[in-house]
Amino acid sequence: MIYDGIAGSEGIAAGRAYIYNNDQVESNEGRISSGEAEAELCKLDEGIRKSKAQIEELKKKVLSELDESKAMIFDAHMMMLEDPEFLETVRESIRADNLNAAYAVRKAADFYISIFGQIEDDYMRERAADIKDVSSRLIRNITGTPSDELKKIDSPVIVVAHDLTPSDTASMNRNLILGFAADIGGGTSHAAIMAKSLGIPAVLGLGNISKKVKNGDYIIIDGTEGKVIINPDTGLKEEYKLKIYEYKKQRKKFEGSAFLPAVTTDERKVEIAGNIGTPEDIESVIARGGDGVGLFRTEFLYMDRDSLPTEEEQFEVYRKAAAAFEGKPVIIRTLDIGGDKKLRYLELPEEMNPFLGWRAIRICLERKDIFKTQLRAILRASTYGNIMIMFPMISGVGELRAAKEVLEEAKSELRRENIEFNEDIKVGIMVEIPSAAITADTIAKEADFFSIGTNDLCQYSLAVDRMNPKVSKLFQPLHPGILKLIKHVIDASHRHGIFTGMCGGMAGSGEAAIILLGLGLDEYSMSAASIPVIKSIIRNVSYEKAKEIACHALELETPEEVLEYSRSIMKQLKIEYI
Amino acid sequence: MITEKVTILNETGLHARPASVFVNTAAKFKSDLTIQKEEKKVNAKSILSVLGLGVTKGTELTISAEGPDEEEAVRKLVQLIKQGINE
Repeated sequence: MIYDGIAGSEGIAAGRAYIYNNDQVESNEGRISSGEAEAELCKLDEGIRKSKAQIEELKKKVLSELDESKAMIFDAHMMMLEDPEFLETVRESIRADNLNAAYAVRKAADFYISIFGQIEDDYMRERAADIKDVSSRLIRNITGTPSDELKKIDSPVIVVAHDLTPSDTASMNRNLILGFAADIGGGTSHAAIMAKSLGIPAVLGLGNISKKVKNGDYIIIDGTEGKVIINPDTGLKEEYKLKIYEYKKQRKKFEGSAFLPAVTTDERKVEIAGNIGTPEDIESVIARGGDGVGLFRTEFLYMDRDSLPTEEEQFEVYRKAAAAFEGKPVIIRTLDIGGDKKLRYLELPEEMNPFLGWRAIRICLERKDIFKTQLRAILRASTYGNIMIMFPMISGVGELRAAKEVLEEAKSELRRENIEFNEDIKVGIMVEIPSAAITADTIAKEADFFSIGTNDLCQYSLAVDRMNPKVSKLFQPLHPGILKLIKHVIDASHRHGIFTGMCGGMAGSGEAAIILLGLGLDEYSMSAASIPVIKSIIRNVSYEKAKEIACHALELETPEEVLEYSRSIMKQLKIEYI
Repeated sequence: MITEKVTILNETGLHARPASVFVNTAAKFKSDLTIQKEEKKVNAKSILSVLGLGVTKGTELTISAEGPDEEEAVRKLVQLIKQGINE
């Protein structure tokens, strides 16, 4: 049987189906006698406490593995667990209606789900799914039902579900998941985004596939065409085996050559580095042939705890990263907190425009205690490898000077204490605010390198909130305006003898790689999975040709034209990418 | 008790990020806070209740507060809405 759905994430996979039933959480109508109410209320509180801890943990995991914006969903979950009306409704049904805690939660959740369901709006439907997700978690924690169904998977499978929530996907063993098929969802749903970031296929919006497939059925999912085939006949099976073989061969080719240097056919070498968010990511960057770390996000050190991390704790983490890369560059970005990323122990004001607010270097320059502790830890680790320091959210040379002043203070303190550090440690900035890009010539005189953060640079330059589905299609890194800004920054850096890297999503994009090469980009930093592909693209083109291509791209007038041109060039040069 | 009427100016209404900002602001006050749309009156500190009201652009809301910081609370919430929350 063949079913048509929505192509959620590219690729093809075949294998045994694993039916994941996240709907059916035990919460049978449970009554209690009035004497048991106190005990049930305690169970409820304990369940809430556990759920919050789990959500915090998941958020941390997602933050370290994926884009920061994807962790925001867990903030919404947290707010629901703190909702006074919801909790009071639950407590009241335990006290007055003699319901047990699990059933009381189910009833209250169903009430809100039905209200939200009546509002015709995608956003509200997603929130209804969130309530379901959170309440199921809470019920499992109250009843002690194990929630790690996906964690239990011990052989490669294709996960088939009604829907996949962030909680579901965050806890699974990603090495054993061949793909997703789900009843609901589309191209921008959580399951699609997750599948793309894992590099596995997904077919979504299939109606009731989770009822049609049985555990252990042989299924094929084609995430490129949006098809699912259940128990195919031999002919189809063979046809798809060949397709999968071709697809895998292509991937393997990329992975197989991952350790070759990224050198163009006319010998221009660029660095292809990895972005890391926790020490666990170090391994995957090394395994995929990364030439170092172009962006070490340090926020994880500060999150999910009740006090600031000490200098010693930070030093240990930075030291290990520096040592693991054996002399290859490790660029550590100083704390980028604020805006929508909060810390429990640091009072941050509620802001109207968090992304234009008190965040990153703006906080650090006011809270010098926090800043200097981090700088001291980085400096101390600098003797263990090739560490560089990068300041985020710099809008002009003044902030760079102020930050360097604090760095100098940290250095003199260490000297006085006779503690060793690399006196020549390189100091650079993230170029993510348009004013910094425009004044790159001025800043380049006082920085040792630039790293273009394309996610924020695009958000600020194009005035587009990526998280807002109404405008997210306007988020176009290949916009001629962005290309011109990037060229301006790279040219300025080269005029002053410093290098420019890129650590935003654009750096890992196959469609942008050659244009960026031609613009003169020196270093690309991306999530580990993209490293082999980008390396392969670089190795298959000459710098001279890339310059011509970039030159032509700069003359195009719309993002669509640039994208189309880039695709046609890739085809013409027979350069493969996934 | 302090009460004030205000009309929602945001394009998306009390939705998504504006709803969280509104509820988080309300939660900072000690007073009991409610918002009312037509006949429906809900706790302004409850994200689920606020979202459930389905407040769209142009909706007239009544904000009420009762408690030690009632004046400040109503003033702040009305101001927030008049400024368009965070759009």
